[in-house]
Amino acid sequence: MALKIVKGSIDRMFDKNLQDLVRGIRNHKEDEAKYISTCIDEIKQELKQDNIAVKANAVCKLTYLQMLGYDVSWAAFNIVEVMSSSKFTYKRIGYLAASQCFHEGTDVIMLTTNQIRKDLSSPNQYDTGVALTGLSCFVTPDLARDLANDIMTLMSHTKPYIRKKAVLIMYKVFLKYPESLRPAFPRLKEKLEDPDPGVQSAAVNVICELARRNPKNYLSLAPLFFKLMTSSTNNWVLIKIIKLFGALTPLEPRLGKKLIEPLTNLIHSTSAMSLLYECVNTVIAVLISLSSGMPNHSASIQLCVQKLRILIEDSDQNLKYLGLLAMSKILKTHPKSVQSHKDLILQCLDDKDESIRLRALDLLYGMVSKKNLMEIVKKLMLHVDKAEGTTYRDELLTKIIDICSQSNFQYITNFEWYISILVELTRLEGTRHGHLIASQMLDVAIRVKAIRGFAVAQMATLLDNAHLLTGNTQRNGICEVLYAAAWICGEFSEHLEDPMQTLEAMLRPKVATLPGHIQAVYVQNAAKLFATVLRKHDGETESQAAQETSQLLIDRLPLFVQSANLEVQERASCILQLVKYIQKLQQKNVEVAEEVTALFAGELNPVAPKAQKKVPIPEGLDLDAWINEPPSGSESEDEKPKAVFAKEEPKHSRSRHTEVDEKELARRREVRKQEQASNPFYIKASPSSQKVYDAPGVEHIPVVQIDLSVPLKVPGMPMSDQYLKLEEERRQKEKAERKKKEKKKKREKRGKERKADSGPESEEDITPAHQVDIVTEEMPENALPSDDDDKDPNDPHKALDIDLDKPLADSDKLPVRTHRPEVLKSPAEDRDGESVPQETKKKSGKEKKKDKEKDRKRSKEEKKKKKKPKEVEEELLESQPEEAVQSEETKEAAAPPTSTSAEASDLDFWLSSAPVPPAAQEVTAPSSSAAAVDTSSAAAPESEPDEPKDTEPEDTKSSKHKKKKQKKEKEEKEKKKKKRHHHHHQHHGDAGGEDSVQNGTVEEEEPLPPMSNYSLLAENSYIKMVYDIQGNHQDESKVVVSVIFENKSDSFLKAMEFNVLDSLNSKLQRPEGAGAHDSLTVPFQLPPGVSNEARFVFSVQSIVMPQKLKGTLTFIVKSDESSTHEKLDFKLHFTCTSYLITTPCYSDAYAKLLESGDLKGSSLRLEGINMPFHHLLARICFHHHFSVVERIDSCASMYSRSIQGHHVCLLVKTSDQTVSIDAKCDEPSLLGNVLDEIKQTFSKC
Amino acid sequence: MIKAILIFNNHGKPRLIRFYQYFAEDMQQQIIRETFHLVSKRDDNVCNFLEGGSLIGGSDYKLIYRHYATLYFVFCVDSSESELGILDLIQVNLLQFVFVETLDKCFENVCELDLIFHMDKVHYILQEVVMGGMVLETNMNEIVAQVELQNRMEKSEGGLSAAPARAVSAVKNMNLPEIPRNINIGDINIKVPSLSPF
Repeated sequence: MALKIVKGSIDRMFDKNLQDLVRGIRNHKEDEAKYISTCIDEIKQELKQDNIAVKANAVCKLTYLQMLGYDVSWAAFNIVEVMSSSKFTYKRIGYLAASQCFHEGTDVIMLTTNQIRKDLSSPNQYDTGVALTGLSCFVTPDLARDLANDIMTLMSHTKPYIRKKAVLIMYKVFLKYPESLRPAFPRLKEKLEDPDPGVQSAAVNVICELARRNPKNYLSLAPLFFKLMTSSTNNWVLIKIIKLFGALTPLEPRLGKKLIEPLTNLIHSTSAMSLLYECVNTVIAVLISLSSGMPNHSASIQLCVQKLRILIEDSDQNLKYLGLLAMSKILKTHPKSVQSHKDLILQCLDDKDESIRLRALDLLYGMVSKKNLMEIVKKLMLHVDKAEGTTYRDELLTKIIDICSQSNFQYITNFEWYISILVELTRLEGTRHGHLIASQMLDVAIRVKAIRGFAVAQMATLLDNAHLLTGNTQRNGICEVLYAAAWICGEFSEHLEDPMQTLEAMLRPKVATLPGHIQAVYVQNAAKLFATVLRKHDGETESQAAQETSQLLIDRLPLFVQSANLEVQERASCILQLVKYIQKLQQKNVEVAEEVTALFAGELNPVAPKAQKKVPIPEGLDLDAWINEPPSGSESEDEKPKAVFAKEEPKHSRSRHTEVDEKELARRREVRKQEQASNPFYIKASPSSQKVYDAPGVEHIPVVQIDLSVPLKVPGMPMSDQYLKLEEERRQKEKAERKKKEKKKKREKRGKERKADSGPESEEDITPAHQVDIVTEEMPENALPSDDDDKDPNDPHKALDIDLDKPLADSDKLPVRTHRPEVLKSPAEDRDGESVPQETKKKSGKEKKKDKEKDRKRSKEEKKKKKKPKEVEEELLESQPEEAVQSEETKEAAAPPTSTSAEASDLDFWLSSAPVPPAAQEVTAPSSSAAAVDTSSAAAPESEPDEPKDTEPEDTKSSKHKKKKQKKEKEEKEKKKKKRHHHHHQHHGDAGGEDSVQNGTVEEEEPLPPMSNYSLLAENSYIKMVYDIQGNHQDESKVVVSVIFENKSDSFLKAMEFNVLDSLNSKLQRPEGAGAHDSLTVPFQLPPGVSNEARFVFSVQSIVMPQKLKGTLTFIVKSDESSTHEKLDFKLHFTCTSYLITTPCYSDAYAKLLESGDLKGSSLRLEGINMPFHHLLARICFHHHFSVVERIDSCASMYSRSIQGHHVCLLVKTSDQTVSIDAKCDEPSLLGNVLDEIKQTFSKC
Repeated sequence: MIKAILIFNNHGKPRLIRFYQYFAEDMQQQIIRETFHLVSKRDDNVCNFLEGGSLIGGSDYKLIYRHYATLYFVFCVDSSESELGILDLIQVNLLQFVFVETLDKCFENVCELDLIFHMDKVHYILQEVVMGGMVLETNMNEIVAQVELQNRMEKSEGGLSAAPARAVSAVKNMNLPEIPRNINIGDINIKVPSLSPF
């Protein structure tokens, strides 16, 4: 006791820390809850103290208690207090607690906005990091809106640690505040090429998440991702990219073709299983997307299936599981290639691991054929018997039904077999899927006419043994089967051998324990059976049997009349009275059989489940319009119809009670009738039944037909008596046989049936019954093609379906707080401080000019504001946080716009200018690729005359074949001319559009022909190299040379080494430690016919002159017999163009630049250019890395910037096939060379 | 996206939970119980993927787990994550890094007790690996470096004011491994604080 007191006081002296709390909880195993509640009291005391250290300690303990399931939201405010501590230690504790227990409903979150903003801009990177991490867990739409801009600024932070976190959190911000996506996207894209691999990986991560939900908006990034894929070595990034491509390929089959080779390369070369698996997955996606157009990808499929088989055979269960998972994807489009591995998959069914068995089950679905269905189902039935867990057994059950019923019972040859399987499945105890079996029984019995006899017999047995089913509890879902059994027996009672017995079975008192809806069906169908019995004994005068039946019903039905279920009660009392009346008639010896039967005559046809949805809306029908005017408030308004409705339905207001209306109605009714007559989905009354209803006057009741889910019979449907008799005879025999078998074990029976085809005891008497015509489900005429939108309307990603290629508009700015100094970073900004303030507004070209003056003024104002001292800003920050956010003030928020068509066509160029023959041929026939090259080079001369045909304006999305052809021709030209750059130009007759277009946006004009910047580097009989040089955005002295190596031979090329003789000006970047003359190893090997891209970085000093570098590629050719060492020389040509980087520029900035007078001019004239102006511009943009600043009619200004920051401005004018280019640049020799290169480009046309 | 990371022991006691989507506390506990139920009945030599934890997500979600000594590490992920990648993430298979490995480095031979007594530290490590449901960093050296830098910062911040508290906690922790075992009966655990020199 004394000790306890001591302990208490000491505890108060030294507050418990987290470890103490944990230890305490562990020591109070018996009364944990009590102990914790005292701890919580202590924590509450601690939180009241002023000492932040004590508070932080308390919050830390709360975080632990939260994990144990205690609600700690009451301490939310204290958590915010700890978050705002200036010490990292406490801040971290606060943010951790917040991230564990804050959510959108936490109201104190709105207090945190300023604190988080302060932490984000903290000089300590870990403060920022901790804030970002915390925010990622509890960001709300409000926080996202208020902080989006701050986070975006952090994306360009100097520390990669912050950059990667900022990039990653942007995804959360996008989700909560979708408006931020467009302004932030350009910067996000930029981060894909961040020098830090972590940041790069984060950007890939975010874009992959975005693109997964709305892939079409990200297609234009495909080339960039392709480059990343071929250059990245980080498996994590590679996996993400490859997964992304899997999502993109269904949208763009051309992309798939381009992907197949590098992916197959990776499959061959990688040792990482995760990467291999994702490659296979994406190849499968590609193949699925190509499956329509390209039949000859069998080699790739084989490769995939083969790799997957290795996975499945692996002892690692994980690989086995994934292999099966991927296999099921192939199954959808290429079932044949999977079917050959049936053995393996059946083997997996016996695996001890349930996950694997389930996956194997999925696959079985596609493996069945008419031949093996019975065998497979037998195997599954064995599993059903063995399975312990109900979930797995239920899964088996649904799978059996799925497999059998797929594509309209396609694989079932013997429906009797199927019915007996279904009956056997009813033996399953505790399954949830009784309704599934029931619906199958109904489906088969209704749609397969020939099986009805057999089905009815089986169902009758089932009803007879119903006590077996209901013996277990009602909760047993299997009793649903009785619903089907009762209905089938009633509906097709003419097939019943002994309807009387079945009737008796259906009226047993035990039935009253069944669920209500089943009882209702029992009662209704008892009436049907009653009718059948009467008819059977029709003609016999004073039939004892008929009267006995009536009596039976009268005796038994009162039980149901007392039912608590309304439906049962109603039906029972109705039928009871009917039977009583009939009994009266019977006693008077009146013939009633025919009339009673007529109650239930007629046949129901199956209707497709979607039929109702697919009924097209008739022309002129406006479902939203009023049929009758809604009751109006006053009389006067009635005369003067309300304006709202007057336009839509002026007739209705007047035509309410008039004679004319009656006629009109009759006419409409007539029209409707005719429509219905020609409408097969409409359940029509047969002519005879029509008569029953055709009491005069009744016809004018507008609703003639009722679509009831409960079988309601229309009398007078003619029955095929002959068929019935035949059936009856056959059934007689069959039944005798079956009864014998029934005694035996079911499984044996099935075995027999399976052998029936050849066996002596063949059931040839049944075979006619197996010539089944399956009634297909009815669909309305001109049903709309499937247009179901499966997307969840609540999906937050729906809001992110934003076209990212559109230039940014005014509205696309992030809310920015006023008076925040922010240094503008114009793309045209000079490094020596000559900054050109840039207006982010984008307007159409016409408006632009008007606005120029205004804009300039505004930007001056902005500058002034920015000079305001920081102190003021801080004050304002604190004082008016909320309204400031709404400010209109612009900032750098909106990043440089990207132009739609330029990017879209970029993608087209990229996709269409694959410098390698289509993958299909290479992969399928590697050995013949050499031959293919031969023929193509033979065809080369022919490609010239072909060219004009190509140049005709054609849709860029024309047939794949055309594309392919163009591609080939281009390559051939490349080979032939052996020139660099800008080969293959097309001639176009008409001039470009009239509209003033900005920044290369050339909508609605002739589509551009595909272009490529890749030019031939060197080739011999083994290998071909094409290359492209591009400036590096990050580094002013580096250019990247992308070289595509293509293996032309049928041997394996390996150990490729790339070397260049450096000049003083340009040097190949070699890894650290390598000598100045060492060669670089190409990071891949090339199987026959395959190509791949490698990138080499060169550093350059002066960029004003073009330059050539000599180089050598050495490689080993390895064929089956021998391997030889080969060498290929080449010359790399660095043009001045390759030092230019496409940089967008705004017209006002451009004007300033020209006004500044620092630029030297030069000009160029080109004669005989007869291509549309926009093609000309596109060529300059594409081949020489310019961007269009402004375009008015046949005059355009263009801008580009060198990697070292030289501005190059062009003014291009055209008139009558003459193009004049006035150019200005701060470096005359660079300009001269660029102009020469432009001239050269167009001289090749 | 990763929807949740759960670490619990062989008896289903949570050692660390991290949800990247909001669930109320009782729901969280229910998810842990359900997940534990699903995972614990599986043999060690079956595959590490589980479909259809009904509480935590629809058909798009998978549970990927590893059983590591007395602990289960469970990740609930959607189809955008690579299954094997996440497994790698949990434990090194190839050249990549691991969460467990990282813990190993930071705690020097991690065992369940470390997790129990240093849940906060484990969270801080996890934050360097996964952020907001997305994988932040896969380079183990980078993760360890960042964690250590932050810990160093914490230490330097502590300075003089935190010294007494640290001393107390050091004493309390002195016989850490034995304490839970030896001192089970009622009040004897008083020994520990009373032994302190204060």
